[in-house]
Amino acid sequence: MIANFPYVTAILLMIFGLYAALFRRNLVKIAIGITLMESGVNLFLVSLGYRRGGIAPIYTLAPEAGERMVLPTPQALTLTSIVIGLATTAVLLALIVVIYRHYGTLDADKINKLRG
Amino acid sequence: MDILAHVPILVVGIPLLGAFATPLIGRAGARARNWFAIFILLLTTALAIALAVSVYQSGPRVYVLGGQSFGFTLPSGYFFPIRIILEVDGMSAFFALIIAVTTLLGAIYSTAFIAGHSGLEKYYALLLLLAAGMFGMVVTGDAFNFFVFLEITSIAATGLVAFRTGRAESSEAAFKMMVLYNIGGLFVLLAVAILYGQYGALNFAYLARLIEYSLLDVIALALFVLALALKAGAVPMHMWVPDAYPAAPAPITMVMVANTQIGLYGLYRICFTLYGLKLTPALVGWIVIILGLASIFIGVSMAVIQRDLKRLIAYSGIAQIGYMLLGVGVGLAVLGTPALNSYGLMAMKGGIFHIINHAFYEGLLFLAAGAISYRTGTRNLDELGGLAHNMRWTAIFFIIGGAAIAGLPPFNGFASKLIIYESVFKFNPILAVIALLASILTLAIYTRAFQSAFVGPQLPAYKDVREAPASMMFPMGVLAILTVLFGLFPDLVVKYLVTPAAQALVNQAQYIEAILGAGLGVK
Repeated sequence: MIANFPYVTAILLMIFGLYAALFRRNLVKIAIGITLMESGVNLFLVSLGYRRGGIAPIYTLAPEAGERMVLPTPQALTLTSIVIGLATTAVLLALIVVIYRHYGTLDADKINKLRG
Repeated sequence: MDILAHVPILVVGIPLLGAFATPLIGRAGARARNWFAIFILLLTTALAIALAVSVYQSGPRVYVLGGQSFGFTLPSGYFFPIRIILEVDGMSAFFALIIAVTTLLGAIYSTAFIAGHSGLEKYYALLLLLAAGMFGMVVTGDAFNFFVFLEITSIAATGLVAFRTGRAESSEAAFKMMVLYNIGGLFVLLAVAILYGQYGALNFAYLARLIEYSLLDVIALALFVLALALKAGAVPMHMWVPDAYPAAPAPITMVMVANTQIGLYGLYRICFTLYGLKLTPALVGWIVIILGLASIFIGVSMAVIQRDLKRLIAYSGIAQIGYMLLGVGVGLAVLGTPALNSYGLMAMKGGIFHIINHAFYEGLLFLAAGAISYRTGTRNLDELGGLAHNMRWTAIFFIIGGAAIAGLPPFNGFASKLIIYESVFKFNPILAVIALLASILTLAIYTRAFQSAFVGPQLPAYKDVREAPASMMFPMGVLAILTVLFGLFPDLVVKYLVTPAAQALVNQAQYIEAILGAGLGVK
């Protein structure tokens, strides 16, 4: 039961993030929602890679036969996804700055040159 | 060393390196930078053609990154692939050709269209980056790698849509698009993580062999379909398309059409290659068909009321995406039953043929609309009129594109739509009738658009308008010639380009065997 706790947390984070991204009207809050979702997915990925009593797969620490080494793939995936997340967040924030310069507001309801 | 053996990685690597070299070359002047970008894309196009020829002749190609040798997919003594493996089959090669043609023509068109803006070295860098991302998505055989390239296309495409920062609507459309792309990308990552958590692998072929269609697999499939249909701009996830297409510069809009089609590629790859017969084909097939029908219906009916030319083309483009979903959805619905061979495969061929046709005529229409706004400064159909007097060639190109999108013979849209109607009619007559009616409405839409932009007396405001410059006419001419040629010789295109792609989708065992070797095919 307790082992599922990270997964539950990750799913909750994703749901909160998705809610904020879809239903909040402030652009910065939308960006925060996206970041929350990202954290949720990253947490999910990295908790997949956890093995109780596993050993880090470093050559000099190579374990005796019979002990478990942890496959580093999930950690590598999470790192990559964090870097990608940084890039996308930067793009979102840059766009928010440009939008603010044009409209003078961050309220999604008032930013409506495109309709229909 | 056989350079051709490395083509799968080179089509990704060359534009990627080119993208980061562009700002450097840009120091030597605008002309050097433009020629450099065109040269890189020309090189990539040549490689993509070489790749397609080799795949069509001798089956799927694999390429192992960081392995002992490039064709050695399984590490010694193991039964599962651990490295990133690129795998190119008929479907990938087919899409690589579309990407190569659209990005190359887009770069040529850009030289005149976007000249005069500042920061153009970043524009070309992003264009090359977008090309690298799209090539990566179609050649990769690794689920996480697929996500990485998906995000590369999202970031590059957003940068290009928002490129004209002086216009408020560009940033607004780009923000909307980026939020949705991001949500889609995270859905894909979550789905990949779910699959990894269950099977401990990321390779499509290996996953396809193990996949069981448990509840978690169903959730992963739903996430994939949702995210990739969003990227493809299918209704009801289409709302970013009519904003982003007009906001982007015209050549980018053309490349964006190819970019949405890569969403379709992902959808087909996941449904057919990853899940294959394990999913319930009838149910998922019908979901894809319904997505397609909704896109056809909403796309066409929203296009009727548009006054902005590019927005009009964008909405009718959504409808055309619907045709591709419809054709391939019918194929998916009858997968594994005898009906596949009687009409299912034909429907898939129609849908896939429509993809390459759509890339050409929709690109042509967007470029023609770009030529109009380049010379007149507006895309509003109420203000435009009588342009055929001044822009004769653009008018002809627009007619060709409009006739092709409406499915008139002898243009390519007719050829692929006819195949779709015939085969879908055998599946369910009502679907074919809806598709046909939507086509007639499309004809009406384009007749009106052509009439209000080109026909009528010369307006005083546009008395001095000249024909678009040569570097813009050339890509339009190429696309117009391809549109007509594909319409005149559909048999040849279907035989040599489309059939191998459709076969590659249906033949899941071949995709798996290319990596895992014979005897380890579908369990």
